[in-house]
Amino acid sequence: MSKFKKKKDGELPPVSTASLPDIVFMLLFFFMTVTVMKDSEPMVANELPNATELKKLEKKDRVVYIFVGQPTEKYQNAFGKEPKIQLNDKFANVSEVGDYVLEEIAKKPQEVQSSITTALKVDKNANMGIIMDIKEELRKVNALKVNYTTYDGDAFKNLQ
Amino acid sequence: MARRGGAPEVSAGSMADIAFLLLIFFLVTTTIETDAGLDRMLPPKEPPTDEEIILKKKNIFTVQIGKDGQLLVEEDLLDIKKLREKAVAFLDNGGAVKGDPNYCDYCEGERSPESSDNPIKAVISLKNDRETKYSVYITVQNELVAAYNELRNRTAKKLGYNMSFTEMEAAYADQETPDETKEKLKVRIKKIQDLYPQKLSEAETSTN
Repeated sequence: MSKFKKKKDGELPPVSTASLPDIVFMLLFFFMTVTVMKDSEPMVANELPNATELKKLEKKDRVVYIFVGQPTEKYQNAFGKEPKIQLNDKFANVSEVGDYVLEEIAKKPQEVQSSITTALKVDKNANMGIIMDIKEELRKVNALKVNYTTYDGDAFKNLQ
Repeated sequence: MARRGGAPEVSAGSMADIAFLLLIFFLVTTTIETDAGLDRMLPPKEPPTDEEIILKKKNIFTVQIGKDGQLLVEEDLLDIKKLREKAVAFLDNGGAVKGDPNYCDYCEGERSPESSDNPIKAVISLKNDRETKYSVYITVQNELVAAYNELRNRTAKKLGYNMSFTEMEAAYADQETPDETKEKLKVRIKKIQDLYPQKLSEAETSTN
């Protein structure tokens, strides 16, 4: 009898937490490797429109980014509320777009220079005028592949 | 009193805490996003040529976006929700009669003589105002690309491929797809693209 009782009495041993650091480190390394730190802080409002027929921008090293939108509140005093172009981390004029794109392309490795896509990250409240000017500049420097970056969603939501 | 032998062992108990702290930092700063969007090719800047390419009027599908977001399609006001349908009908019309060199044997459209002869001849011309909202423009672009994709997907199905055109394109762009599959996909994509070439022209916009 007493033998049985002793067995019943035995509580569950506590789960060993010795391997917890290992697990956490594993997770840590995963996130460390996949993290991409944003190198430039957006200075313009950048709420992209929605679209359904998306194509992924697969190769990040072959993309040149151009941001367009209304300056954020911080910069509105100095730059006004009209949509502006942001290249890297400063505002720019339309005439500087061509040079910037050429410069960025020149920074890329030789073998990808011919297949550079220009990603236009344009706020949905911008007007087409500024986009048309940018497109004209891109045509001048022969950077013809563009990608209008959008979110995945119903395109008709843009109209509201 | 104090024992002299060896340095005391450092407790590793707080290791997990430190690791957690770092983990949370990286969790917060991580953005695993791949951008996606509508791919477009701009027309190359060519020296002005004297000879103009003459297109038949019925082979051009004009879409104009006004500054207030209204759509003028083939000179008529149109609801943007009907644009896709209308574009598909135009592209897939196949108006050329049998025996004509432009006869389209894979079209399923109405074959109206007033509309496009053949998808290969059909051109969509998109014009917009400087004051058009970007969001409207994207919606229109999206609908037009969707019209092409609809036709291309249908063709892929008819040709008996086990993937739709958009899936094939995605697989082709994917880096993980093996090369031999890519070669096969390339041929198929090309074949469909030849049947329904994307001729979306954005000519210099008229100034008001």
